[in-house]
Amino acid sequence: MQNVDHAPPPYMMIWGVLAVLMFAKVGVSLIGMPQWLSIALLIMISLLSALLVALYYMHLKFEPKKLWILAAVPIPLVIIFLLFVMQDFGGGP
Amino acid sequence: MTTATATRPEPGFGVYNLKLGMWVFLLSEVMFFTSLIGAYIILRFAHPEQFAAPGEVLNVPLTAVNTFILICSSVTMVKAFAAVEKDDQRGLQLWLVATIILGSTFVGVQIYEYIHLFADGFVPNAAEYSAGGGPLYGSTFYLMTGFHGLHVSIGVLALIWVLIRSMRGAYSPERLGGVEIMGLYWHFVDLVWIVLFTIVYLI
Repeated sequence: MQNVDHAPPPYMMIWGVLAVLMFAKVGVSLIGMPQWLSIALLIMISLLSALLVALYYMHLKFEPKKLWILAAVPIPLVIIFLLFVMQDFGGGP
Repeated sequence: MTTATATRPEPGFGVYNLKLGMWVFLLSEVMFFTSLIGAYIILRFAHPEQFAAPGEVLNVPLTAVNTFILICSSVTMVKAFAAVEKDDQRGLQLWLVATIILGSTFVGVQIYEYIHLFADGFVPNAAEYSAGGGPLYGSTFYLMTGFHGLHVSIGVLALIWVLIRSMRGAYSPERLGGVEIMGLYWHFVDLVWIVLFTIVYLI
């Protein structure tokens, strides 16, 4: 069975890291720093948290590389989608 | 085809078909939530006057605690999977119950939040919201958090089904597809909330 071919992931440690990252996000939003820096930090922390969930809790780290490719398909699509959406900012509704 | 056969890796992507199907479904869900987030971004930047600052309308501390609850539910879900890998039936059931309780708590807190927001006049179709937000804020907020809450609710119901099946002895180290697929869905819902919480409540 493919699921037990690796050492058990450090589930509790990942949980601790996720909790710390979550409260760090709240802290960043409360600290008075430039908005661009705050947004950049919040997005980076969120992406890191999401990556940890996908790699360790969804076991993507231990899946065949072909599944990694499949899982990565939406990333360029999301970027293209959001870039096109942002084209509307200048012109308004 | 038995469940045991169904968890055998297939040629191609190297995983069993049920898992591949769940991954494809979750990837379509990524695009679904991206469309909601995209709508929120464009409306917020095009009409900043209709969106209140973080914490002005929404209860950030309460939702931060709720986010922590959902993160905890992810670890209980993955512990349930680890238990079935070791054929620990009691552990599987206990961790599933814990996940159901935590997931239900998340939904309950979200309903509590909605009730208070409605009482304050923050409703989806408000013509005007006096506390710093307009109708677009309410519409996009309830659309995104509502759809996520619906996903969590469906997940809780599915978890109850998995728990019932586990009590009937449906899962073992050779037959754990149902638990793993459920886990993939549940962790995805957690992952989406990590992003939504940041965009809706903190930025």
